[in-house]
Amino acid sequence: MTPEEETEYRRRQKSRNWVVAGTLLFFVVLFYAITIVRIGDG
Amino acid sequence: MAKHKGEGAAAMPRSSPMRNTGTMETAAPQISPTSAALPADWRDFFTLTKPRVMTLVIFTAICGVLAAPGSIHPVLGFTAILAISMGAGGSAALNHWWEADLDKGMKRTMNRPIPGGRMRREDARDFGVFLSAVSVCLMGVAIGWLAAGLLLGAIIYYAVIYTMWLKPRTPQNIVIGGGAGAFPPLIGWVAVTGEITAMPVLLFAIIFFWTPPHFWALALFVQSDYAKVGIPMLPVVAGEKVTRRQIMIYTLLLTPIAIAPWAIGGTGWIYGSVAVVLSALFILLAVPVGSRMKAEGDKMLPEKRLFKYSIVYLFVLFAALVADRVAAYQGWMA
Repeated sequence: MTPEEETEYRRRQKSRNWVVAGTLLFFVVLFYAITIVRIGDG
Repeated sequence: MAKHKGEGAAAMPRSSPMRNTGTMETAAPQISPTSAALPADWRDFFTLTKPRVMTLVIFTAICGVLAAPGSIHPVLGFTAILAISMGAGGSAALNHWWEADLDKGMKRTMNRPIPGGRMRREDARDFGVFLSAVSVCLMGVAIGWLAAGLLLGAIIYYAVIYTMWLKPRTPQNIVIGGGAGAFPPLIGWVAVTGEITAMPVLLFAIIFFWTPPHFWALALFVQSDYAKVGIPMLPVVAGEKVTRRQIMIYTLLLTPIAIAPWAIGGTGWIYGSVAVVLSALFILLAVPVGSRMKAEGDKMLPEKRLFKYSIVYLFVLFAALVADRVAAYQGWMA
């Protein structure tokens, strides 16, 4: 891997990690909200 | 669930996520030829979900949720629409995976993530399976297992029955693909009511019968590479005359189905009057398309007009459905 490819590799890994982290956080909040609503229904 | 795919777009309704009409897709940055050795950019994964096709899926799913009798908590309504969208995205990714070789041979699709060399084929498959599985589980846990079962059925219908089996085998592929794009309002409705009744089935039927005239009008004036890759699209296999006749037939079939929700008492006069006017206009625009043949230097204006109108038709019809429901809820139609 050339230094340019190495840099690009790191950049992509980093951006993918941020997207995965954001998605996980979103689902944590969503499932919390769904749980609260469901408990309220019950 | 997706509609025409570029056929992607070919098979699915153009705006349907189902439709792969997907002529324009979110473009990830161009990468060097060595990029296949690199991890795919997250934007390429997003592209796999056919975001443009997704707009019709999301819109009709929202209309299904809003027009259904009964109420749903906003968080659960949002979750239902999210699950439907994820299911559409997952099946679209599976479509990318399965048709990567075909996409490579068509100008419109050759720059997609897999044929463009920016993503490994199996990554698209894994992403599609994961997204589909999460969407069904989310729908089942948060909303109900009937809606989840329908969502699973829609994913299998699009990714397996349509993409893998029938699309390469029959010139009626657009009709079959239309069924995939027709699921979202049905699932949205069932997410609220928890049961399958005549109304959501009619919403399904509206999109199902709307897809052929919508897509074939486009196919008449856009040159595609489908023939080159062996996909039997109707205008290529059966010819222009048959395609025009089929446009007329499906337009005439669509009219009573579009008016049926009002005729059976499922909606009020707002939807009914909008459906009658829109359908009459649809027929008016389809007649010149169905009764003429392409001439030398033809600009294909009637076909272009019909295609553009078909998009407006579906959006306005479903918007009227929601407006009708809101008016009834507020007591404005008493």
